[in-house]
Amino acid sequence: MSLKILLRRALVLGALLVAAPALAEESRPALAEALKSALAVESFTLKNGMQAIVIPDHRMPVATHMVWYRIGAADEEPGVSGIAHFLEHLMFKGTKKIPPGEFSKIVARNGGQDNAFTSQDYTAYFQRVAVDRLPLVMEMEADRMVNLVLSDEVVTPERAVIVEERSMRIDNDPAAELDEQMDAALFLNHPYGIPIIGWKREMQALTREDAIAFYQRYYTPSDAILVVAGDVTLEEVKALAEKTYGRLKGREVAPRVRPQEPPPSAARRVDMVDARAKSPSFERRYLAPSYRTAEPGLAEAIEVLNDILGAHSTSLLYRRLVVEKGIAAAASSWYDGDAYDPSVFSVSAIPRQGVSLAEVEAGVDGVIAELLKTGVTAQDTDRAVKRVLADALYIRDNQFAMARFYGAALTSGRSIEDIEALPDRIAAVTPEAVMAAARLVLDMRRSVTGTLSPEPGKAEERAP
Amino acid sequence: MRNSMRSLIVLLVAALLAPLPAAAESIARVGIDEVEAQDGLAAWLVAEPSVPIVVVEAAFPRGSARDPQGKEGLALMTAALLDEGAGPYDSEAFRTLLEDNSIELSFSADRDALYVSLTTLAPNLDLAVELLTLALTDPRFDKEPVERIRNQLLVRLARAEEDPRQVASRTFYATIFEGHPYARPSDGTPDSIKAIKRADIDAFRKEALTRAGLKIAIVGDIDAARAAALLEASFGKLPEGTRPPALPEAALQNLGEVKVVTRDNPQTVLLLGAPGLERRDPDFVPAYVMNYVLGGGGFASRLMEEVREKRGLAYSVSSGLLALKAAGLLQAGAGTENASAARSLDLIRAELSRMGQAGVSADELKAAKLYLTGSFPLRFDSNAKIARELLDIQLDELGIDYINERNGLIEAVTTDDIARVAKRLLGEGSYLVVAVGAPEGLAPSP
Repeated sequence: MSLKILLRRALVLGALLVAAPALAEESRPALAEALKSALAVESFTLKNGMQAIVIPDHRMPVATHMVWYRIGAADEEPGVSGIAHFLEHLMFKGTKKIPPGEFSKIVARNGGQDNAFTSQDYTAYFQRVAVDRLPLVMEMEADRMVNLVLSDEVVTPERAVIVEERSMRIDNDPAAELDEQMDAALFLNHPYGIPIIGWKREMQALTREDAIAFYQRYYTPSDAILVVAGDVTLEEVKALAEKTYGRLKGREVAPRVRPQEPPPSAARRVDMVDARAKSPSFERRYLAPSYRTAEPGLAEAIEVLNDILGAHSTSLLYRRLVVEKGIAAAASSWYDGDAYDPSVFSVSAIPRQGVSLAEVEAGVDGVIAELLKTGVTAQDTDRAVKRVLADALYIRDNQFAMARFYGAALTSGRSIEDIEALPDRIAAVTPEAVMAAARLVLDMRRSVTGTLSPEPGKAEERAP
Repeated sequence: MRNSMRSLIVLLVAALLAPLPAAAESIARVGIDEVEAQDGLAAWLVAEPSVPIVVVEAAFPRGSARDPQGKEGLALMTAALLDEGAGPYDSEAFRTLLEDNSIELSFSADRDALYVSLTTLAPNLDLAVELLTLALTDPRFDKEPVERIRNQLLVRLARAEEDPRQVASRTFYATIFEGHPYARPSDGTPDSIKAIKRADIDAFRKEALTRAGLKIAIVGDIDAARAAALLEASFGKLPEGTRPPALPEAALQNLGEVKVVTRDNPQTVLLLGAPGLERRDPDFVPAYVMNYVLGGGGFASRLMEEVREKRGLAYSVSSGLLALKAAGLLQAGAGTENASAARSLDLIRAELSRMGQAGVSADELKAAKLYLTGSFPLRFDSNAKIARELLDIQLDELGIDYINERNGLIEAVTTDDIARVAKRLLGEGSYLVVAVGAPEGLAPSP
């Protein structure tokens, strides 16, 4: 089998030389340079400590305006899970100047779109508007950073709304419930084990006072990041920012210190049985360092490992399990390096119909064992490095994606300098670095294995 | 602080007084050229060299509504196999060329069309076009990928059964279009997916992938001459073909019925269906503005105000117009706790009926126009988004000047126009209701 693969690869490379004196032929440094210029941004910091990123894109006279707070679900006190996300909803409920429910309507009457999102590490608010409406939305966002007004009248129905949001996203979906159970088992001590949206019973007990306390503690310009992408210049954004956010007084926010994981010493397992599940599935999550917590170059090596192991249909997991052995309908991996604290590397697979979960799990184990035993070639690494660099170039086409990338990176504790160094660090990844990352991360003691099946044992049976 | 607040008020007032300066004119920046290759083959082009990316979006006018009886899912399965090997490249070789060069080539299908989407970095354009051409003209449909994709579609069907929104949607289409090709599931059934043969797939692609009725949009770092060459080299290699005969017009069925699909979930998914309009209907634009006020406008909409903001009964509640080639309908939906299902349904029905009887107020119309005209440029801020808009405008046969005409059409809508179209669509007050979950107080029709 491996000979066949080798032959096939040789064939492919031959074809490449004929058909494509193109990207696959580009050198890593050239791709790294291209990515550096695609990711180039400008920045400044206001006197109150608020950091600002400007991403000029003059194709259309529109702008994406975002404010990111370095505060997320993992910063909540025990017992009030979901408060970061609940506050995100309540931020639309008005200030001394904006009546309840009017914020989004004002944005809409100005031809704009607005929304917000919350993760373990950040809470972010955005508006997309014609560029001449940028002053308005910056004024409104600055206003609600310090002037939020909440009454029980608006808080009570909104609490029911977040419970319905939970039902829709989690409780109506057995796979999402397994996801929660796996994170809870993976993180023994770190709050990443608690769902962003919150545990239902704690959500139902959240109060106006909880929200106000969280708001007063964390919402301040010195803990926020402004990101503006679109038809703007640094000077324009700076002038507007000084007139709006710049007038707010900054306040010291205690450094983020979350409870950390003890050294992992035992593989964990979560087998969920749910009659609603119509198709069994398998996933394993490993604790993995994030860009912020890893030594320079390690997270980049994990990124390349992910590409080789499971990011594509030509990656190892899909090739072995879906194409060659034909036991899985899907097989892939993902890595979330954009986290403030150590994060997750995941491998997952869905059995083909008639194949047992046990067989698919053994298949995944086999692929990982093969990778650890035979290693990766210089050629595998080179292809993966170039793919990671070139795939990332597409972000420049989308101002919202650019703004989101920077907001998430900076609130996860990365700096602009880290992002500037990223393309070269990816380009420098070696086969040895990939294997060191693989040996570090793909260790059962750091893992939780999760399965979802409709009834006990059912998925283990072979179809006749 | 005080200064900041005063300036906020000034800004708010100024913004309301001067509705749309930049927004309305900015659209003129999207300059569309019509590029013609041989034999009437043409594409709409927006040359945008500032980002080194090229996007091609195209649609063939033959979708899953044309699937043969018992072979439902054929269009989808064909689409899924077109990037699984072509010409000299088997599936893995083909996908390796795509992935190693960061070329995104994908095919998809809905009820009315089969779509191809190609996104490439500009330096790879020649290779991308070569692979596109092979996929269009010489797909292999080898046994391994055919069986692999078949199994993936079967697993996908099983997983769709887990998702109450997908269950609701499938039930909705089957009920409201009963007896029409649109009623049949575009992703097939386990039996139909198993029944599809390689010969069916090859026959479908030969019939579907022709130049007849083909619409193409090209956007990005490419000039007109190169775009014409791209067309000749790729779509130009397709046979002329013939357009499929028009589908019979679909009259909506089972309005007034209530269908309950029981699922052991805490939240009920509700879908309501009412008459809508096809895109070519002269009342479509007024209906579109009406729907913004009803449930299309997020927090500015009546459904959001009544169901979510005032009462906290749902996280998601909205409505939309579905304009298919041979049918138009208005669909409203929400996810609501089982115990509140009947109450939420009553509220949604009441809003649909109120709209049908009284239309919208002058203030509501003004707010709707401000949003719909002012936000239009937001649809054009990336090469990928411009390409999709250009394709949609061609599919809807709205003409190459539509982008510049569109805001004027919205501005021209009056409250009387909306009252007329609202009465036409919602005046009967008779809706299909599909509920998936364990709704309380909601009896299915006998």
